[in-house]
Amino acid sequence: MSSSAAPRTLFDKIWSDHVVAELGGDTSLIAIDRVLLHERTGAIALRELDRVGRPIADPARVFCTMDHIVETRSGRGDATRVPGGEALIRETRARATSAKIRLFDIGAPEQGIVHVISPELGIVLPGATLVCPDSHTCTQGALGAFAWGIGTTEAEHALATGTLRVRKPKTMRVTFDGELDRGVSAKDLSLALISAHGSAGGNGYVVEFAGSAVRALDVEGRLTLCNMATEFSAVTALIAPDEKIFEYLRGRTFAPRDELWDRALGHWRTLHSDDGVQFDREIAVRTDRFAPMITWGTSPQHAVPVTGRVPRQEDSGATREAYERAIEYMGIEPGAPMSSMMIDGAFIGSCTNSRITDLRRAAAILRGRRIAEGVKAICVPGSSAVKRQAEAEGLDRIFRDAGFEWRESGCSMCFFAGGESFGERQRVVSSTNRNFESRQGPNTRTHIASPETVAASAIAGRIADVRSMVS
Amino acid sequence: MEKFERLTAIAAPLLYANVDTDAIIPSREMKSGAKTGLADGLFAGWRYTQIGGREPNPRFVLNRPEYRGVRILLAGENFGCGSSREHAVWALREYGFRAVIAPSFSPIFYNNCVRNGIAPIRLAEPIVRELAEKVAANPQEHKVTIDLDAQEVVAHDGERRRFEIDAHLKEMLLSGLDEIDLTLTKRPEIDAFLASDRARRPWIYLET
Repeated sequence: MSSSAAPRTLFDKIWSDHVVAELGGDTSLIAIDRVLLHERTGAIALRELDRVGRPIADPARVFCTMDHIVETRSGRGDATRVPGGEALIRETRARATSAKIRLFDIGAPEQGIVHVISPELGIVLPGATLVCPDSHTCTQGALGAFAWGIGTTEAEHALATGTLRVRKPKTMRVTFDGELDRGVSAKDLSLALISAHGSAGGNGYVVEFAGSAVRALDVEGRLTLCNMATEFSAVTALIAPDEKIFEYLRGRTFAPRDELWDRALGHWRTLHSDDGVQFDREIAVRTDRFAPMITWGTSPQHAVPVTGRVPRQEDSGATREAYERAIEYMGIEPGAPMSSMMIDGAFIGSCTNSRITDLRRAAAILRGRRIAEGVKAICVPGSSAVKRQAEAEGLDRIFRDAGFEWRESGCSMCFFAGGESFGERQRVVSSTNRNFESRQGPNTRTHIASPETVAASAIAGRIADVRSMVS
Repeated sequence: MEKFERLTAIAAPLLYANVDTDAIIPSREMKSGAKTGLADGLFAGWRYTQIGGREPNPRFVLNRPEYRGVRILLAGENFGCGSSREHAVWALREYGFRAVIAPSFSPIFYNNCVRNGIAPIRLAEPIVRELAEKVAANPQEHKVTIDLDAQEVVAHDGERRRFEIDAHLKEMLLSGLDEIDLTLTKRPEIDAFLASDRARRPWIYLET
């Protein structure tokens, strides 16, 4: 770098690589390198473009998967319990095929949750821009991409023009330094951040995660951390790509090869925030004393250590109205220890925590143990590839022997769109991202946590501290 | 898209923080896979006495007779957080809403509003609360005016509050123009970008 060049953030570097035109104010026309679709919102965008007769600008850089409303029980076809879902699945298939975009259909080896398969297949790349009509697209920033969720209308725009009109966001750096206790993982980092700074804490910002605890995370842990950025109301999150990312991507289906790989790598190695660069906001966090986290209420900011208690209203960070709603909905008492709560369900899955390392950590807790009587426990691998890998390692046996159901991949009971739920007023510990009212089905009570905390709680039959079960 | 210029209408308060798009339109209410047929599902979990039912919950603000004909929602911090489902905005629009006034919005929801002719207006929390109090005193008479061109919200008593909105989004709302049409006027710039980018970052481009 020449001494005269002003230091830039990672985000600034990616942004300026993609400016097609300035549109006035802080808004630019930004080139979009990858568009991902899923059957829930993708068919609507494709239908609308067909209706107005607009072609897709570059179908080779558009990918579609079936994840949101597909059945996850074995032997599945197009049938789904979602009303109208089967028609939507068939329409997505027909439109994706005629638009000549790549489709990872039900039964295809690449099928899976969009934010799980995109890294797996090397679709998302460092320094790329990627959009998907799905709020958890921020997940993919973990590979050093500018990846963010949009609505259906913006997806139509991205498909038709290969660009989006974007107002340049502010930048925030969140630095996690320190060691992580055993039993503490990326999910706990994100819940600790959101509980401390609120679920609107990242509003208006692109968040770069940095620090020794982030560098120490494996690729999949980084995906988990970035996944929760939308629960922080951030535009998105990203992490500077390093050798772990490059090694992860090497040889993946859509990753560059040979000479192109070498050229790409040269560029990717420049993708980091320069020394001395100013962010609009900085948050520094020490991780050494972190405990596993769990939510008590109906917003991701309602999180406490598993060893903690339901806060009193004045300590909850919630208004009286919101607090009382949350307490009533969740069927809990102010001041109650989290560990006193008996559970009815346990769910491991979702774009947050359903990758192979998530399943390995949960399986390490479940090995040789049985879940408590009366607990319904389900594991839904994030992709068909994760499922195959887990089965090759014998993890499926560990889950089944412990009493878990073992499913086909999809978004499943992260939200009710599979048409399946744990039932009204059932208390579920879940490795997912949202504990909103009725998110996992009508009146279901969701406590979000890491997959290892879900496994430990399933065994105990109540919310449990996984640290008592790890060796 | 329908233009948004100036609106004087009944406003209703729903001042909880972090109202998420699952609350605005639960996934169980997104039945058709279409942009329409969603108004009945708007706020379904709060609006009806039973999940899946259609008996109005008389306590929910939109069911109260004094708010009949509402077109402006007064909302809390981080409104529209959660899922990117544009169905939340389509449902609000179909129900009759043309504007939401809140201290802050989730970024995806905010963008979705503008692209469907709903004005998302940011005002500080105490101002929204004050406006809600004025409205609540007599909702049918104490209408709220939004003057987008002047960037002002005007209460029934004439009190004016300025709001900020990105010039480009303001223009989209005022003109009602299709954003894709606007962008396609930049075709030469897009082609020039692609030509130089292909040389600079060839690994980004894929074969069909």
